[in-house]
Amino acid sequence: MDWDKWQEILSTISKNKLRTFLTGFSVAWGIFMLIILLGSGQGLKNGVEEQFADDATNSIWVYPRQTSIAYQGYKPGRRIELTNTDITRTQNSISNIDNITGRVRVNAKNISYKNNYGSYSIRSVHPAHQQLENTLITEGRYINQMDLENFRKTAVIGSLVSKDLFKGEDPIGKYIDIDGIEFKVVGVFEDKGGESEMRIIYLPITTAQRLFKGGDKVNQFMFTLHNATLESSQKTVEKLRTQLASVHHFDPKDKRAVWVRNQFENYQKVMSLFSGINIFIWIVGIGTIIAGIVGVSNIMMIVVKERTKEIGIRKALGATPFSIVSLVLLESVVITSLAGYIGLAAGVGLLELINKFMPPSDFFRNPQANITAALMATGLLIVAGAIAGFIPARKAASVQPVEALRTE
Amino acid sequence: MLHMIKLENIHKSYRIGKSGSLHVLKGIDLNVREGELVSIMGSSGSGKSTLLNILGILDNYDKGAYYLNGKLMANLSERKAAFYRNHTLGFVFQSFNLISFKNAMENVALPLYYQKVSRRKRNKLAMEYLDKMGLKEWATHLPSELSGGQKQRLAIARALISKPKVILADEPTGALDSKTSQEVMDLLKEINAGGITMIVVTHEHDIAEQTNRIIHLKDGIVENDVNDSEQKKKVFESLIAEEI
Repeated sequence: MDWDKWQEILSTISKNKLRTFLTGFSVAWGIFMLIILLGSGQGLKNGVEEQFADDATNSIWVYPRQTSIAYQGYKPGRRIELTNTDITRTQNSISNIDNITGRVRVNAKNISYKNNYGSYSIRSVHPAHQQLENTLITEGRYINQMDLENFRKTAVIGSLVSKDLFKGEDPIGKYIDIDGIEFKVVGVFEDKGGESEMRIIYLPITTAQRLFKGGDKVNQFMFTLHNATLESSQKTVEKLRTQLASVHHFDPKDKRAVWVRNQFENYQKVMSLFSGINIFIWIVGIGTIIAGIVGVSNIMMIVVKERTKEIGIRKALGATPFSIVSLVLLESVVITSLAGYIGLAAGVGLLELINKFMPPSDFFRNPQANITAALMATGLLIVAGAIAGFIPARKAASVQPVEALRTE
Repeated sequence: MLHMIKLENIHKSYRIGKSGSLHVLKGIDLNVREGELVSIMGSSGSGKSTLLNILGILDNYDKGAYYLNGKLMANLSERKAAFYRNHTLGFVFQSFNLISFKNAMENVALPLYYQKVSRRKRNKLAMEYLDKMGLKEWATHLPSELSGGQKQRLAIARALISKPKVILADEPTGALDSKTSQEVMDLLKEINAGGITMIVVTHEHDIAEQTNRIIHLKDGIVENDVNDSEQKKKVFESLIAEEI
């Protein structure tokens, strides 16, 4: 490509600023909107996935409630209570359980270390709880089997608990006071579930049952399944429900007696909702691109019409049709490429700003656009602009100069 | 002497609507020798502009033969047509046909762009031609900033820069006042004196009078082809009669 042609194009562009702006704007705007859309979609997806990062997505959670149907002579409204036996039975009867844990809440009034006091939720659990809650140990260790067997008074504290009580001091090996009982801190953890999940203290379930509850009741239990699909997990829940119903004497159809949360189902639901959102975003995105294509095509057609007389003059002075078509096309390609790049940069820039200044929320975090898709969209607009310019330009370049000169 | 332009039985019709057609040129025979200064006259609809467009390869003809500088101008490819327009012909139009967003120098240099002359060289040449036309100070001005006479001188500079053999002028003074008209006509005569064949379409008698030869078109044929002042007067009289 000769340099002279580029200079001719550049001078045409710089001397027709409004035309250049109008063509460029529709492209830049289309790409900008597409980037924002794709970025928002990704942000939404990241937010939702972050929600699931808190708990294992292959887990089933079991909570005892009250019966709602009369059964075998029992009146409705009876409270169901689960115990360690239920956990053992479940573990033995369901073959593909990976991790199983109970959870007992301890209501402690005062938790302190030296002169620092605080109020935190206390969960007493089995070691497998770590996998179910996706707890990340940053220091020391989690509750282990030895703690359970020996009724050790050990505690694993959240990083914010550590920050509050120990004020930067290394908590490992130190003793915290829970309503007058000393517990040795053996680990510190973080959790993706957010700040409230890091203001928690974990204790061995056996110790807590003995010290605070005096029984073998559990508030809930939960387990993860391996090699399970949505369907098989639903069958497992059905089996579990029948089993619990026969042991605790409630109607197997009484869903309120024991509440079972199947994360397989929830994950599946949210993911299908998300793919719905994704499809929606693509429809809107494609719509935006089509609007951009129509805009560019329109402007290019008007540009060629507007330039018909100029084309006639150029032909009278000795321009070949090729030189005219390539002039119009290159101008269109230069403008659309440049504008596409501007839209791309502006869109990515805005996403970066959002990333930097908007705190990540539960539903929106880390928006990132699919650059490949954006580049393809830009390419599409460039090609569309070129085609939209090519057809009328070729027509204008092939008519007799006298006709082109006649237009005003 | 070589015939710069030679027309043999040129016919041209325009299609009107779906089935109608308008027979504009009905067999034109015409020879123009190199270096001649010729005017083409005729009432509106006589076919004088159509004839000029065919001479300029701005339009094609239906029948007959057109030889430009000895070469037959028929079934030309677009490239060939562009080549002849660029190298052999120069145009001066009534409405100037300058490119509005290019400055005076760029407008003059444009024909050389299509001859692949380097930018620097063509701009230098353009400045020389602008200087000849007395427009050097206006080189960076846009056409819209120039007067009618300046625009036409600019257009003449543009027509001259490619050193054409023939200059075709379609009502070159039609948009100018009488004083400026005379200046432009003097310029065209001076260029003709340099050896360039000049064909001027005009309806102004005082312009036509200054050419060596008047070709009078009527209803698509050559009615008169005259070169002495007595005959010219007769042509003017018959033209006046036609207008009424």
